[in-house]
Amino acid sequence: MPLYRSHILVCTGTTCVLKGCTAVQSALIAEIKRRGLENEVKVVETGCLGISEKGPVMIVYPEGVTYCQLKVSDIPEIVEEHLLKGRTVSRLVYTGPVTGEVKPAHPGRQKEQRIVLKNIGIIDPTSIEEYIAYGGYEVLGKALTQMTPEQVVAEVKTSQLRGRGGAAFPTGIKWELTAQAKGDNKSVICNADEGEPGNFKDRLILEGDPHCVVEAMIIAGYAVGAKTGYLYIRGEYHQSVAHTEKAIADAKAMGLLGKDIFGSGFDYDIKVFKGAGAYVCGEETALIESLEGRRGESMVKPPFPPTQGLWGQPTVINNVETLANIPHIILNGGEWYAGIGTEKSKGTKIFSPCGDVFYPGVYEVPFGITMREVIYELAGGTKSGKPFKAVLVGGPSGACVGAESMDKTFAYEDLAPGAGALIVMDEDKCIVDTVNNCLKFFVHESCGQCIPCREGTKRMYEMTKSWTEGQGEEADLALMQALTSNLALTSRCGLGQVAGTAFATSYKLFPDEYLSHVVGAECPTGKCTMTNGGGKNNG
Amino acid sequence: MEQVTLTIDGKEVSVPKGSTVLDASKAAGIGIPTLCHLENVHAIGACRICLVDVGARSLQTACTYPASEGMKVVTNNPRVRSARKTVVELMLSAHRQECTCCPRSLNCELQKVAKILGIQEHRFDGEMPEQILDTSSPSITRDSSKCILCRRCVTVCQQVQGVGALFPVDRGFETAIVPALKNDLIDVACVMCGQCVSVCPVGALYEKDSTDDVWKAIADPTKHVVVQTAPAVRAALGEEFGMPAGTRVTGQMVTALRQMGFDKVFDTDFTADLTILEEGNELLHRVKNGGTLPMITSCSPGWIKYIEHFYPTLLPHLSTCKSPQQMFGALAKTYYAEKAGIKPEDIFVVSIMPCTAKKYECQRTEMSAHPGIPDVDVVLTTRELGKMIREMGMDFANLPKGECDSPLGLSTGAAVIFGATGGVMEAALRTVYEVVTGETLDNVNFTAIRGLEGVKEATVKVGDLDVKVAIASGLSNAKKLMEKIKNGEADYHFIEIMCCPGGCLGGGGQPIPTTNEIRKARMGAIYEEDEHLTIRKSHENPAVLALYAEFLGEPLGHKSHELLHTHYTPRAKYPETDKEEVTTGGE
Repeated sequence: MPLYRSHILVCTGTTCVLKGCTAVQSALIAEIKRRGLENEVKVVETGCLGISEKGPVMIVYPEGVTYCQLKVSDIPEIVEEHLLKGRTVSRLVYTGPVTGEVKPAHPGRQKEQRIVLKNIGIIDPTSIEEYIAYGGYEVLGKALTQMTPEQVVAEVKTSQLRGRGGAAFPTGIKWELTAQAKGDNKSVICNADEGEPGNFKDRLILEGDPHCVVEAMIIAGYAVGAKTGYLYIRGEYHQSVAHTEKAIADAKAMGLLGKDIFGSGFDYDIKVFKGAGAYVCGEETALIESLEGRRGESMVKPPFPPTQGLWGQPTVINNVETLANIPHIILNGGEWYAGIGTEKSKGTKIFSPCGDVFYPGVYEVPFGITMREVIYELAGGTKSGKPFKAVLVGGPSGACVGAESMDKTFAYEDLAPGAGALIVMDEDKCIVDTVNNCLKFFVHESCGQCIPCREGTKRMYEMTKSWTEGQGEEADLALMQALTSNLALTSRCGLGQVAGTAFATSYKLFPDEYLSHVVGAECPTGKCTMTNGGGKNNG
Repeated sequence: MEQVTLTIDGKEVSVPKGSTVLDASKAAGIGIPTLCHLENVHAIGACRICLVDVGARSLQTACTYPASEGMKVVTNNPRVRSARKTVVELMLSAHRQECTCCPRSLNCELQKVAKILGIQEHRFDGEMPEQILDTSSPSITRDSSKCILCRRCVTVCQQVQGVGALFPVDRGFETAIVPALKNDLIDVACVMCGQCVSVCPVGALYEKDSTDDVWKAIADPTKHVVVQTAPAVRAALGEEFGMPAGTRVTGQMVTALRQMGFDKVFDTDFTADLTILEEGNELLHRVKNGGTLPMITSCSPGWIKYIEHFYPTLLPHLSTCKSPQQMFGALAKTYYAEKAGIKPEDIFVVSIMPCTAKKYECQRTEMSAHPGIPDVDVVLTTRELGKMIREMGMDFANLPKGECDSPLGLSTGAAVIFGATGGVMEAALRTVYEVVTGETLDNVNFTAIRGLEGVKEATVKVGDLDVKVAIASGLSNAKKLMEKIKNGEADYHFIEIMCCPGGCLGGGGQPIPTTNEIRKARMGAIYEEDEHLTIRKSHENPAVLALYAEFLGEPLGHKSHELLHTHYTPRAKYPETDKEEVTTGGE
């Protein structure tokens, strides 16, 4: 294996590609060659680094310097200065313009505690050797050769890990139910159909460290007695699919997947399945329908997947982030993990602040962190410098939370984080317009099976749309509240149940803003185009 | 069986484990309104009408929620009432409400539910879904503007009939139930059985209405309008007038038809008897001469279309006999025309059928004795006849009982039982036994092959021969037998297949609803009718014997072949690959 004095990780995630990383990467390779450094410096493609808004982005190791907003014309300077002369090119370093000061990385990152994201941006995600060199698959060996499946389940239960897809169901209990259920063709499904707007953490994990998910899925399979794992990946996540497929193939070639893994007698295989782009397929029963080749629609529960899931057999379905915690829990023990976080919320959570924040990105922090820390320190506050107005916690399906909750902590017992999206709005944003957009999303994504969701989301959207156009009626607000609670109470699955949450929570926080739209036909932020001319009461 | 005990509205009830809350509430005598639910067929909790409070965060649908030990269910509190009401209001907001001119007016389950829940206002209006009005099929009309997407039709078509012509497509508010690739119904492998119509709770699926054509023909002085009625109609028509299922109304029906102005009131039962003679002889011929066995009946046009689409290689197994409806049509415009001295083109043949597929059958090009003139001009369903009788303002239940006209109105008990699954087989056995053995049957009731079971088998001793028979009703049951034949595992001589569950008495043109209870009641009426007739064997029908003597000669003779037998067409599942018509008759 050749040795290199420097590794450069270039982000080739979708956003960076759109920002021109391909040309930057080619220029970099050409320049390195022109300078005769190809045997000293290795260029590695990696997935999203969580800061693609500042893309193209790359990190130079061993120094760990992150360069951002790169142009092809910057490359000769970086090669000359950094790689040949060892001097950081300050003007290109990832920095915080709030102070204008040049920093090696933005300061909020120091609040991070990376467990799941440990390898992201460090290793080459397409190299199983690098993953192994960083301790990968060691835990798998431990689980398969030194632990019984029951012990693995017990360790996960001790960790008190809860599902990171938003529902927060205790993972250990899910595994235990599946392990105890009868069935000769059990499955493990990794839910990577990350569809909620504002969430992009699962993509980052699969692009940047696919082996950790593969390893976790094998451990899960061993723990519950499954024969097959399915990675259900959102179809648009091309690099996630590519990296995962390569990881599975490499693991197979090394005997880490297939027959008699580590001589344990345990046979296991993983298949990748690309979702076709329906949000509802992130719901576990809809995902199973889709996997089985049918229209992606939620099914009636009970039965729940741990007793009757894929092909009618006991099935574990876990989110990517949930699974990515598993190798660390088995390696360090459930008690170690339970020592991180708060009393009822253990471990770390990945957040993806976006919208009007200075540093949109992906951050892994222990539970118990305040919203203020995440929004102001990690995400750098509002991009415009204007006052913060509200945040949709978890995305369009989550609650709208205002400045009054700034010192709440992210924890299941305080402010539940959903899947981790934080869509931040500054004071220029119109709440009615935002909720209107959320509802438009649900109208589009409703599977169309149950009445309250199919008809209800449409009627709600029609109302908010009329409000943004200054066509509201005062009676609408009561009607909207009736619909919101009806959908929560009667919809068949989570999609319809939460479709009205953004309205219900934001209406409590900003009743005047709603009244102004609905009754006064005026948008205080000026964001909505009142087609009737606006100012119903004034004119 | 293990029982679970739960409390519903404070009332304790024990039900077998595995029951739903809806089952349990029925057992407790507590009514819960339902809409998408179809007992034993379809429970997906889509309409959210049967919501109950089980103490969970959200309300649960009684039709799907399992009853469990110690559970406490509340079916009627403000939370539940208001939730159900809002759901129905939402449903109505996307339903084209033109109740007064809807084919399902006064027999609409949505109307009923809205009434039960006391809906008196429309709080939600807005955009309506795009209307798809598909009139391409000669049998079934689809109107998506009425559809509430309960998916009963999808389940019945796919699971009961094994056809799968209808699916949900698109998402959310744009969701629609359509044939594959959004084709018109005529362009997909729909067998036109109308089971979807039968289970549709609203007016989104209904038969193509031909009542106007019939009124017009009756009013036309140049037309000699004759009518035939299928055996299953008389066992169900009373339901159209509020009479209990299982009421025999043959006499009232004949009188009503006569009062409507038909020139002759005949009976499909006459050609049912004729079918037995032709088909019975065809079977004997195949057995003696090594023809294709098992031979399968060909009375049911939905079944014929099914085998043409799904098992075209098995077409040689079909009897070449036309269905009784088409035998009647062919004879009406030949034998009867000659006898009555009327030109075939002046005779207008109307059929009253329990079936929507018959509307399609009469349009098949091979079904005309005279080129360009269809043997049967118009087919009406039992429901359409009910509609016409209502239009006449008749007090149907109290009409005097009439009798059919000669000669095409004379029939036997063997013909009547064609309306029930197993009936054709039983009628055939009554005749084949006596023809082969020359002995008289002591007991004409072959009770072993009666009943609603999906697949029935029996071995009947006919002389030296053990005749092995099988009977299926409902196409998913037919499929089981077809697979057996395909795999060389079917050693039957004769198979009867009826497209609709229970046979024609459960046909897609029968009064709505048709449940298993109602099927049983209609079946009871049919066998009662048989018991009440003096002649109960087809080969003893004097009018049929006269027909052979005067016109046809002998069974399977030249004239029979020309008028009473037919051929079939292999069909693909999609139009672009449909083959030209190919003759693949019996032998």
